[in-house]
Amino acid sequence: MNSQIQNPKSQQGIFCRPESLKDVPTHYCAGCGHGIAHRILAEVIDELGIRESTVGVAPVGCAVIAYEYWNFDTSEAAHGRTPSVATGIKRVRPELTVFTYQGDGDLAAIGTAEMIHTANRGENITTIFVNNAVYGMTGGQMAPTTLLGQKTATSLKGRHELREGHPIKVCELLSGFSGVKYLARCALNKPNRILEAKKAIKKAFNVQIEGKGFSLVELLSPCPTYWGCSPEDSLKWVDDNMVPYFPLGEIKNI
Amino acid sequence: MQIFMLKSEISNLQSRVLMSGNEAVAEAAIRAGCRAYFGYPITPQNEIPAYMSWRMHEVGGAFIQAESELAAINMVYGAAATGVRAMTSSSSPGVSLKQEGISYLAGSELPAVILNVMRGGPGLGNIGPAQADYFQSTRGGGHGDYRTIVLAPHTVQEAVELTKLSFDLADKYRNPVLLLIDGILGQMMEPIDSWGEMPEVPRVEKTWALTGAKGRAPHKICSFFIKDGMLEQHNKKLQEKYKKIEKNEVMVEMYDTDDAEIVIAAYGISARLCKEVVRKMRSDGVSIGLVRPISLWPFPYNAIPNGIKKVFVVELSAGQFIDDVKIAVNGRCPIEFYGKTGGAFFSVEEIIEAIEGRI
Repeated sequence: MNSQIQNPKSQQGIFCRPESLKDVPTHYCAGCGHGIAHRILAEVIDELGIRESTVGVAPVGCAVIAYEYWNFDTSEAAHGRTPSVATGIKRVRPELTVFTYQGDGDLAAIGTAEMIHTANRGENITTIFVNNAVYGMTGGQMAPTTLLGQKTATSLKGRHELREGHPIKVCELLSGFSGVKYLARCALNKPNRILEAKKAIKKAFNVQIEGKGFSLVELLSPCPTYWGCSPEDSLKWVDDNMVPYFPLGEIKNI
Repeated sequence: MQIFMLKSEISNLQSRVLMSGNEAVAEAAIRAGCRAYFGYPITPQNEIPAYMSWRMHEVGGAFIQAESELAAINMVYGAAATGVRAMTSSSSPGVSLKQEGISYLAGSELPAVILNVMRGGPGLGNIGPAQADYFQSTRGGGHGDYRTIVLAPHTVQEAVELTKLSFDLADKYRNPVLLLIDGILGQMMEPIDSWGEMPEVPRVEKTWALTGAKGRAPHKICSFFIKDGMLEQHNKKLQEKYKKIEKNEVMVEMYDTDDAEIVIAAYGISARLCKEVVRKMRSDGVSIGLVRPISLWPFPYNAIPNGIKKVFVVELSAGQFIDDVKIAVNGRCPIEFYGKTGGAFFSVEEIIEAIEGRI
């Protein structure tokens, strides 16, 4: 595996911005997990030496302009159609490393069909799934992964299983498909977990580079703005509310 | 429908051959350099994905029977974003589903070809031939200020030629092109005399494509312009492009119109019948001609000659194409309409009778 380090400063052991991230401020809220997710993704791409052969597909949602932050080729996708756009790219340019970056609404609500069939076909792409249990961009509405009892703009009394159903566990849903080769769920609320998330992302990309099939890493990610708490409390919120329902670890690795 | 030749025979095809409209368009697309096809089954265009399923693999291209029309058009978006010639095909209800993707293609300025083999509507309608998607095709269909180039052949041979042209125009203008036929033209078999000159594709260099940011700044494909004034600027650029297309790409056939006192305006399969109408009525001494728009957008607004006493609009619809004819005539003469809807078809005699009663 080619693991050359692209950034000369990194070679000297100095902590600096990965080459795969542009040196621009992001629009994300204080305490949002997207910045961390972008960072570790960029580090993995740098470390694998694939920046010049990677295409990222950005979703509709809070990360809609992720392409303004990533320093490699990128495409937009209509809401939920992200895996289909990635499929089109990968099928005609198999030499490229192609990933989608999707939120819970994009992946598990409006784009459920696209996700399931892309995974089931075993498309040789990687999906980074940012699960923050809420629609951020549109103002904090209920997401398919909103937890029971969680209050949102469209579930003011808290999500109730008899009214809104249970939150969807995406990794578990996809785990039965034979074309799916790697599934992991990580959380972005503690340094050691962030390192684990980075390792999982690297594994997922390697699954693609080795031509094995579909890989996905789910990242439980804080959203203090729409959880109605401080950035600090949002890290605890992940542990208290998300981790018990969305268990961490490798769900599939074959 | 069964494939009537050995695959290798088709691949090496040089001489005159009999093919259905659907299969001919598929083969023409391959010969025009199309290397990605994504579609979903719907009648009456099923021969196209069936043909592409083996032919695309034969030429090393990508074929996927997608889980939906939405997925298919967005796979086209992805493939087109890398600079590869890509297409999808469907029929009316399926093309409705593709409208979101077509708007995104237009907004992101991606070249792609969409074939609509029109059937009866609205709703699920039926699988009979129709021309009731004229508004959807020429008025956008999806959201936003955008245009798709729309080409409407009236024979299988012409469908072959316009397929190639569709890919060329799509690349030239970085714009989606809609090829509009109907259930009859898709299903009927006709001889193809020539595949035209289809070399290894006169490719426009796609300096914008996603190929990996090696030795250059990253490329991005998007239709989202959140910063103040940027979307307006983008729209102005699109409108300038559309003006260029309106100026340069109008196509129309004027059939026996030189000395005509009355003209029929019709496109696609209707126009084909109307050619016979003109021949028969002329042999009875009626001074009649046919104006056949080939490009429905840009529309040949200057094609209806001066001094015409009356225009008869013939279409397999309740009257959609007539709106553009009205703009073209601009009050210079009366306009009559004859149409059929719901997958029903008219005969040459019926059209003649309708015209004779209203001359």
